[in-house]
Amino acid sequence: MKHVLAVLVENKPGALTRVSGLFSRRGFNIENIAVGETLTPGISRMTITVEGSETLIEQVMKQLHKLINVIRVSNLSAEPSVMRELMLIKVRAEVGNRSDIQQIVETFRGKVVDVSPNSMVIEVTGNEEKMEAIKLLLEHFGILEVVRTGKVALLRGSKITREA
Amino acid sequence: MILSALQKEKVDTIFGFPGGAVLPLYDKLYDDPVKHLLVRHEQAAVHAADGYARVTGKPGVVFATSGPGATNLVTGIANAYMDSVPMVLFTGQVAKSFIGTDAFQEADITGITIPVTKHNYLVKDAAELPGILAEAFYIASTGRRGPVLIDIPKDVFDQEAYFDYNREVDIPGYKPTYEGHVGQVSRAVKAIRKAKKPVIFGGGGLIRAGASKALRELAETAKIPVILSLMGLGAYPGDSPLFLGMPGMHGSVTANYALTEADLIIATGVRFDDRVTGKLESFANNARIIHIDIDPAEIGKNVAIDVPIVGDVRLVLEELVKKLKPGSTEAWLKQINNWQSQFPMPLGSGKNGQTLKPQFVIRELSRLGGENAIVATDVGQHQMWTAQHFIIREPQTFLTSGGLGTMGYGFPAAIGARLAAPDKRVICITGDGSFQMNIQELATVVHNELDIIIAVINNRYLGMVRQWQDIFYEKRYSHTSMQGSPDFVRVAEAYGAKAFRATTSEEATEAIEKALSLKGPVLIDFMVDPEENVYPMVAPNHSISDIIIGGEQI
Repeated sequence: MKHVLAVLVENKPGALTRVSGLFSRRGFNIENIAVGETLTPGISRMTITVEGSETLIEQVMKQLHKLINVIRVSNLSAEPSVMRELMLIKVRAEVGNRSDIQQIVETFRGKVVDVSPNSMVIEVTGNEEKMEAIKLLLEHFGILEVVRTGKVALLRGSKITREA
Repeated sequence: MILSALQKEKVDTIFGFPGGAVLPLYDKLYDDPVKHLLVRHEQAAVHAADGYARVTGKPGVVFATSGPGATNLVTGIANAYMDSVPMVLFTGQVAKSFIGTDAFQEADITGITIPVTKHNYLVKDAAELPGILAEAFYIASTGRRGPVLIDIPKDVFDQEAYFDYNREVDIPGYKPTYEGHVGQVSRAVKAIRKAKKPVIFGGGGLIRAGASKALRELAETAKIPVILSLMGLGAYPGDSPLFLGMPGMHGSVTANYALTEADLIIATGVRFDDRVTGKLESFANNARIIHIDIDPAEIGKNVAIDVPIVGDVRLVLEELVKKLKPGSTEAWLKQINNWQSQFPMPLGSGKNGQTLKPQFVIRELSRLGGENAIVATDVGQHQMWTAQHFIIREPQTFLTSGGLGTMGYGFPAAIGARLAAPDKRVICITGDGSFQMNIQELATVVHNELDIIIAVINNRYLGMVRQWQDIFYEKRYSHTSMQGSPDFVRVAEAYGAKAFRATTSEEATEAIEKALSLKGPVLIDFMVDPEENVYPMVAPNHSISDIIIGGEQI
């Protein structure tokens, strides 16, 4: 099963290396990882997606917690949460099929963020299924390049992952 | 500034080796009263600091230079990390402006040591130093102990900064749990009361936590026999009737049978290493397991646990003792006694008296020199024979590389022990293979006139590897013969130490008696039976009740 972990870390040099190194060293697989600042200066939040059994995830969380720079680790998959990812897709587009592409983009509530004589860049946010679905539809026109941010997630409701 | 901080941390001994990037620090050391022991290889400095830390319980302190000085520390750091030894290491680094340019003697030592330190720092500004120093000592010596490395660029050493040292630190991501959870503790008490065949299985955590007294009270109140891992030896008196020895691959038959038959295992400060559990699927299938450990990540890592208690093992054991009534486990102890008389530790194969048996040498060392002694071992057969035959009575008196299994550890560790405990006798039991991995430290012990007895169990082989080739590789002794080894007696004498050789039992006893009467470093070269094997033995990934002795299944 896939687990999404929220990991709060002190924003110190090497913190990301410590976290990613831990995963490779202990043979845990990171499916994706997204990092950004939080409301508290000096604290970053990593959202890490890991595949594995309950026992493995427990060990991953405990090992992460042992890192001195890691302040908090919580498993967002254990509770209702919202998860989103942003993807940019560069697709081949000629004058003749731009409107077809436009229609697909609108259906998925995406945005066209760049147009050139023979290509378009599209921005989509959503969950994994949505990403895969729009990719599948656009493949027909020829996808030139894709970039994804990795998943970020928050718990539903007013409960938060405390930063201190 | 660093030396003032060390003073505040009550550091009295530093182990090190100078070089270009730490020149500013060594220059300050020139006028400082703190003792600095100059070794002959940086690896020996870490092992010596490790030995010092295991004996005193205080962090060992190491100085080394950048590049090769720092990389030479790595094995010793990994060793300390695996065995949870508190240590603070200072390495010089090239000046800030040179970092990342492949400068002369530059190595990314913080990058290299992330996996083998509890934490590490690269100091970019001298103003950060007081805070980092205080954190480093705090992290190394609290929670699950471990090594912390501080890498300091040469220009940061030279930088002036305001020194305000505060030992009280607050690290948001580091809050060890000391008190055991009340609910879990009472579940443990219930389980102990109900158990008919309980055993205590203790490890190195008992020693780091200073939990020997609490352990003794628990064992003696509830009449529970005690098994100690290699790292735990000394936490309970080795000559007590309730002590069953070490479990696992070369453990006693009784310890392995007791773990297999037990209905309750009280695991304290252990991590269920593969050398202990053997095949996991058949490990302690009849037992409920209580696991007390300061490191939550150890609980449930290898073995499923029924009652997990995160906390300081001393505090938790004291809680348990308070809540337990005297127990009665007579039938179980009787069964254990039967095993003990049926399966004593084997004393060696072949005809007695013809060749010098390593087991005999260890027993004589224990009998004649074991009182008030600290024993440091290297790694291999002699290490296992020492664990089996040397009676370790007190905690912090048995130094051995348990987790990493580092050949070359024992001799420098004995040096650290010598400086840590001037009123104790120090014996280093080593092998002809291991000793050669840090033999250069003979210069250090001679120069500093350190009273250490070096017992070389010389079988002219890398004995443990040869034993595996004997048992699992049809005696194909690939590269395990130590042909070409020097005459250790003459080597020791060349360095200026006293040395003897023993080839028979009588000579062995005589040599030990003579060595005990002398001052300064003394080496004894024991020419033992070259093909003696360590038994009992459990083959890797076999059930621990699957034991061979002298080539025969019992």
